[in-house]
Amino acid sequence: MSEQQPPATIEQFYKFCAEKKFMAVRCKRCGTLHLPPKPICRECYSNEMEWVELSGRGKIVTYTVIHVAPTQFVDMAPYAVAIVELDEGVKITGQVRDAKPEELKIGMEVVVDFEEAQGEGWPPWPRYFFKPAK
Amino acid sequence: MSGKPLVAIVTAGLAKFGKREGLYGRELFQEAAKEAFDRCPNLDPKKDIEATFVGMMAEGFEHQGHTGPTVNAWLGFAPKPAFRTESACASSSAALAFGMYAVMSGAYDVVLCGGIEKMTNRSTPEVTEFLATASDFPFEQWHGITFPGLFAMMATAYMHRYGATEEHLAHVAVKNHYYGARNPKAHMQIEVTLEKVLSSRYVAWPLKLFDCSLITDGASCVVITRPELARKFTDTPVYIIGHGAAQDNIALYDRDDLTTSRAAREAAQKAYKMAGVEPKDIDVAEVHDCFTIAEIIAYEDLGFCGRGEGKDLVAEGQTYVGGKIPVNTSGGLKAKGHPVGATGTGQIYDIYKQLIGEAGPRQVPGAEIGLTHNLGGSAASAMVWILKRGD
Repeated sequence: MSEQQPPATIEQFYKFCAEKKFMAVRCKRCGTLHLPPKPICRECYSNEMEWVELSGRGKIVTYTVIHVAPTQFVDMAPYAVAIVELDEGVKITGQVRDAKPEELKIGMEVVVDFEEAQGEGWPPWPRYFFKPAK
Repeated sequence: MSGKPLVAIVTAGLAKFGKREGLYGRELFQEAAKEAFDRCPNLDPKKDIEATFVGMMAEGFEHQGHTGPTVNAWLGFAPKPAFRTESACASSSAALAFGMYAVMSGAYDVVLCGGIEKMTNRSTPEVTEFLATASDFPFEQWHGITFPGLFAMMATAYMHRYGATEEHLAHVAVKNHYYGARNPKAHMQIEVTLEKVLSSRYVAWPLKLFDCSLITDGASCVVITRPELARKFTDTPVYIIGHGAAQDNIALYDRDDLTTSRAAREAAQKAYKMAGVEPKDIDVAEVHDCFTIAEIIAYEDLGFCGRGEGKDLVAEGQTYVGGKIPVNTSGGLKAKGHPVGATGTGQIYDIYKQLIGEAGPRQVPGAEIGLTHNLGGSAASAMVWILKRGD
């Protein structure tokens, strides 16, 4: 008996972030791993998806340091943003914290961490972010 | 059908790009349309033009949506139909595409296609926020990415793979400002030195202020018709002979290779095939240099050089008039300006002027075939157009 899966949605992904879990979904029909999650597999259109927890470890594929920020991020600038390829082979964008911009490089090993849920702001989703693996 | 004219451009207009204080987008569109109408006395706009296709990206700038009836009202075109298209920075290329499809389908004989964007009335953080809406919200915007940031991540990847430097990028800015300084319709009509570009402050490392296109107000338009009707309106028609549209996944993390645009390569291949021409046949091109790195990648995606060679093509001066392939002789988005919704048909306007021999000091002698390359968002959309001078 398979247990009832939470919906394979973006909202559910961020709910898991609030529990400090970095999750993706796998299509039970064709096996494709999806990050971000999708309720319906874009390869085979099956809606049988199951949540799997990722290792949270990966490498920087590319990065930038934002100096001119959008309205909501002005107080945070400058900050680093990278695309990270997780060990499981899927990629996602996130901030890189706890590292000086000049320390960043392509191929650098990083690990995921989570902000506390904010409870306000728009939308009230806790952000995941990456930091140097060691 | 290769090389066969799809539609004819019989006239074109461009409102001066720049900080057009005190003017609404619709008023700029009037300015562009008036130039187009004035240069084509055989065209009776109210009688001949059957529909309008207008591109605009963001309602936020002017708190104004429903762009079709807005611009049509100021042209006295009611009750003719007007359709708005949105494809981020390629919104007016989309307007031209839908207008062309409508003419080719037989629905209309003559249509007006163009675009507008009014941007300079907003603060830089607001503009940054509005433009960022063309990226993925939950996994890009929510993490503080910006448009300069997205192209910066492409630049980082490109520089890492091919050994390009910030100086290579700076050559694009120097060239495009050289031409902007010679274009009376450009936003920034000043030349800049390599030194000035390299010493400007970072916007999104490794991109600096002078690697970025401008926040600009503008409008542009063309009038198109069936090829066989062109001579009724003008002795100097320009034909669209190739068109390609393609797209990629919305987010950069969802793409395999960040040193190229799959959408642009696909669009270019379709356009070349339809036109029956090759990259070497192009006499002049306007490409989407929203950031300097985008122009270098465009050279490669359009086949003007091989992968990794774009950095050298610009550094060797091969994209000036007289070089292998003159690119962005208007000043490009970099110096002419980038009023996002107006950019696509603004590029068409400049190639049209080149092909009818009216580009003044920026003229490519004897230009017969021109190309435009227009990206939407972080190259999630791409359109390529190939134009040919009428015999």
